[in-house]
Amino acid sequence: MKYKSQAVAMPYFIAAIGLFVGQILFGLVLGLQYVVGDFLFPSIPFNIARMVHTNLLIVWLLFGFMGSAYYLVPEEAETELYSPKLALGLFWIFLAAGALTILGYLFVDYNTLASATGNDILATMGREFLEQPLLTKIGIVVVALAFLFNISMTMLKGRKTVINIVLLLGLWGLAVFFLFSFYNPTNLVMDKFYWWWVVHLWVEGVWELIMAALLAFVLIKVTGVDREVIEKWLYVIITLALVTGIIGTGHHYFWIGTPAYWQWWGSIFSALEPIPFFAMTVFAFNMVNRRRREHPNRAAVLWALGTGVMAFLGAGVWGFLHTLAPVNYYTHGSQITAAHGHMAFYGAYVMVVITIMSYAMPILRGRQANSNKAQVVEMWSFWIMTISMVFITLFLTGAGILQVWLQRVSEDPMPFMMVQDQIALFYWMRLWSGVGFATGLVLYVVSFFIKGKEPEAAAA
Amino acid sequence: MSGTFTKAMARNVFYGGTVFFFLLFLALTFDSMQGLPKTDNRAAITPAVAAGKHVWETRNCLGCHTLLGEGAYYAPELGNVYVRRGPEFIKAWMQSMPTNTPGRRQMPQFNLTEKELDDLVEFLKYTSGIDTQNWPPNIEG
Repeated sequence: MKYKSQAVAMPYFIAAIGLFVGQILFGLVLGLQYVVGDFLFPSIPFNIARMVHTNLLIVWLLFGFMGSAYYLVPEEAETELYSPKLALGLFWIFLAAGALTILGYLFVDYNTLASATGNDILATMGREFLEQPLLTKIGIVVVALAFLFNISMTMLKGRKTVINIVLLLGLWGLAVFFLFSFYNPTNLVMDKFYWWWVVHLWVEGVWELIMAALLAFVLIKVTGVDREVIEKWLYVIITLALVTGIIGTGHHYFWIGTPAYWQWWGSIFSALEPIPFFAMTVFAFNMVNRRRREHPNRAAVLWALGTGVMAFLGAGVWGFLHTLAPVNYYTHGSQITAAHGHMAFYGAYVMVVITIMSYAMPILRGRQANSNKAQVVEMWSFWIMTISMVFITLFLTGAGILQVWLQRVSEDPMPFMMVQDQIALFYWMRLWSGVGFATGLVLYVVSFFIKGKEPEAAAA
Repeated sequence: MSGTFTKAMARNVFYGGTVFFFLLFLALTFDSMQGLPKTDNRAAITPAVAAGKHVWETRNCLGCHTLLGEGAYYAPELGNVYVRRGPEFIKAWMQSMPTNTPGRRQMPQFNLTEKELDDLVEFLKYTSGIDTQNWPPNIEG
């Protein structure tokens, strides 16, 4: 690595992987509870397991983003990190807060947890993805601000590259929009309206800036393509992302008590949301095709190409599938939504974080790339996880189509639970695909422990 | 991308486009807030509804159910449950949980007081009165 202080990224990446493993374990629990309803009941009811599954995802991705920033910002700015000590301190604070929150979910009754952590003073809990206790939410804000201060100061004292500027815009946006998680009016429609300012403006807004910046950084490093070219692409991609994604929030305002005109705004703009993801795919392949060097880390190149393709499929194609209001009228809140959520998060955010970890971890461990043996195992894990996720998505889509038909379209609509019994076969197949995914993840972890000779870099 | 489209142009389009569409989003938000009283059933919000929403949130109901289609997809939609089942059924249902039928999905026993149950029902009644543009397609949610 070029700057000593980049090393603080390592604990962040390790924690991210650890929490990722936890997330998948709870995913398996949930998948089993879908078909064996009383599994682990009453010790871990479904709602608790789901909260752990989704919150672990968010927390480990945040660890991944922060680790990426600590690695990338100094290198781009060509200067040491403003304060490595602060970065390390924040790591332990964030890890402790995250662990305490998850343990709180698992071992304390949620209502008791709420009253013990100030939810009666300012009620923010019990809303999807924002279930964290007030204290945790405040902790997230404090850690985020201190983190942003650290990397902003680093950038200000060094070179202000486009990648750094875009990454920082994304990260600042992440912190700013999170503030809406503290706004929870009794009026359910307004509650939901601004809840999306966190959730949608994160994943279909500012996170896309983070993703594009991380991808651009890795592509510069592994392809050696001229920075000018990559930075121009970066601007075009994030323009497309925000121009479509901001008004695209409207696709969540169809049926929650908001004015009917959102059906037009939401449908039209969100129908365009696949475009930035498509541009990212073309970008990744284009840059790799025009590469000026053969980087010895082929696994990182694979992840970079993979995230382009899978983000387009998961976020772009599977998003478009149900985003038009006349379609969404039938699919809203069904397993179609779950199918899209799984592939979109995996393709866009899980894979981009793995991309940068795959590129940076060997360097942080003192080598350009891992041994061929280790890379082969890592690439196997890529294929197993990715193909398993495709199957998870396909089976959930199958379940969703049947669910929509039986419950909402047919002449004689069936009640929810009767429909669930009818589609159990698809849930079983989803569960087995999930086992496949977990296997891939185990291989991924194993790949870190495989030794061997560092491969030689070759000129293209 | 051709040489005539420079990085500086790309940057300007990004900042210009983002600011323009964010301002448009704010304008639409402002207009929505003006229009909400017609659709959001705010006239029905009482202290009992507020207390009921608190019960709803502190039991993490959204971890299994959807409410107006948002939440988890493990258990039935509850935005219209007041219409589908009625107040007495909802209360009796919550009191008789869990069923403990082997292999079936289980709902926890939340040990709500009579007042908490009434508040929750009031909240679900208010929710069922929100104008959702005729969603869900039928009573099954």
